[in-house]
Amino acid sequence: MRFALRLIPGFWLALLVAAPLALVGLMALSWQAEGVPPYAPPWAGAGINPDNLRLLAEDPYYRDALLQSLAVAGATAALCLLLAVPMGIAIARAGRWREVLLATVLLPFWTGFLIRIGAWIGLLRDEGWINSLLRALGWTDQPLPLLYTDGAMLLGMVHAYLPFAVLPVFAAATRLDPLLEQAAEDLGATPRRAFLSITLPQLLPSLAAAFLLVFIPAAGEYVIPELLGPPDATLVGRVLFQEFFQSRDWPVASALAVALLALLIGPIILFQRLGRAA
Amino acid sequence: MWAGIGFLWLPVILLVGYAFSADPVPFHWGGFSLRWFAALAANERLLEAAWLSLRVAAGSATLAMLLGGATGWVLARHGPFAGRALLGGLAGAPLVLPEVVTGLSLLLFFVTLEGATGWPAGRGALTVLLAHATLGTAYAAVVIQSRLASRDRDLEEAAQDLGASPATAFVTITLPLMAPALAAGWLLAFTLSLDDVVLASFTSGPAGTTLPVALFSMLRLGMTPEVNALATLLLLAAGLALALLGLLLRRRA
Repeated sequence: MRFALRLIPGFWLALLVAAPLALVGLMALSWQAEGVPPYAPPWAGAGINPDNLRLLAEDPYYRDALLQSLAVAGATAALCLLLAVPMGIAIARAGRWREVLLATVLLPFWTGFLIRIGAWIGLLRDEGWINSLLRALGWTDQPLPLLYTDGAMLLGMVHAYLPFAVLPVFAAATRLDPLLEQAAEDLGATPRRAFLSITLPQLLPSLAAAFLLVFIPAAGEYVIPELLGPPDATLVGRVLFQEFFQSRDWPVASALAVALLALLIGPIILFQRLGRAA
Repeated sequence: MWAGIGFLWLPVILLVGYAFSADPVPFHWGGFSLRWFAALAANERLLEAAWLSLRVAAGSATLAMLLGGATGWVLARHGPFAGRALLGGLAGAPLVLPEVVTGLSLLLFFVTLEGATGWPAGRGALTVLLAHATLGTAYAAVVIQSRLASRDRDLEEAAQDLGASPATAFVTITLPLMAPALAAGWLLAFTLSLDDVVLASFTSGPAGTTLPVALFSMLRLGMTPEVNALATLLLLAAGLALALLGLLLRRRA
């Protein structure tokens, strides 16, 4: 009984998590071929194909996609943190309103992110709500191009991921000892100084966790750049979809997945260390 | 803080408000009307996708609750055993992997499995269900493991000291204590399934268009007031689900 209880989920996870990931690695070393499915594995005669991974390092198109994804994920995570720190601390200190406020922040997370992106499309379109408002106020007569820009993409990403960043900051802020900051101020520190030298250092591990909690999924984001970003925002998630579905180049798509994982493995390990320490 | 909350909520509130506008241009006010809800009710393709999504979400959430429950239980209660770290690592992997990687890997797996055994024949609702169940298992396992880890075992041991067999103690004491966490795990997996575009895009093929995938292709072409109406209904459903979850979690405390 005890053994079966381990075996069933173990078997499931080995089959649907471990084996598929191993296949991605294998596919990255395979050859594109005519047929269904459109590839030839290393044992089909041609041996291991090193070109897919080499292509990613050498072709600026793929290299830039990977680097641009990291940059966009980094910017998203930084902006989320900027909003999440004051929000997390304020909610933690809100006394009996704490639960209600926390639910208010987390609720949009449950409402489906596609809906929220749809809302941004409606707001940012040329004939959208914001442009109508600006025109009604007489501030512009031409619609401002807001949708399908880098700004719209970042806005959508921050909107989608902000609750992830608030949660760890809030959790750490509830564990802060308010007496420490009080003591610093009693000893003559300005509120600013007390925050920077007492509160912020205590929050630092949770800030790192919040950053990574946004950065890791954002690096592979596909839907938001596709719906809000400019056509030339070639992020790795989009390129992977293109290679897989349009070019039907499964080996290159897999190589992109391997490269993305290789870039994220450091942040993932760091995130799990932080989680264990907390 | 209020600016942050406003930023999170304003787009959603406007979206819902303009769902009741008669104007065919989205986010333009043309008087109160329910015409977009009526249009939605007549859109067979969307209704079909919604029905498929609900079935896939319910099935995958049930699988995820059972598998996640077993995983969480083993990780919280079995102490150290050979393979524990591996099980924990595999259960945690879907939480940190980018979804494009998970989606691609599962599609490759289904294609390879079909090539080797003939099953699953093609891709559709079943493969999406299996993919969502795998992601949901990872989330449910975390919820259930943390709930079990924080609950001391005294009650079960007391029951056994008083003469209950381990099976009786499990059914009468442990299972009722675990029930809120199991339900929370189910609901979390259900919501994840109803919100997923990427895994479903990879594993569905032409035969299994779920509601988020249909919504995604609608949004790609831009925005229509029908989307506002659909979003309003989905928000209502999510609100009800969340209220239910809140009740369940309050009962635990």
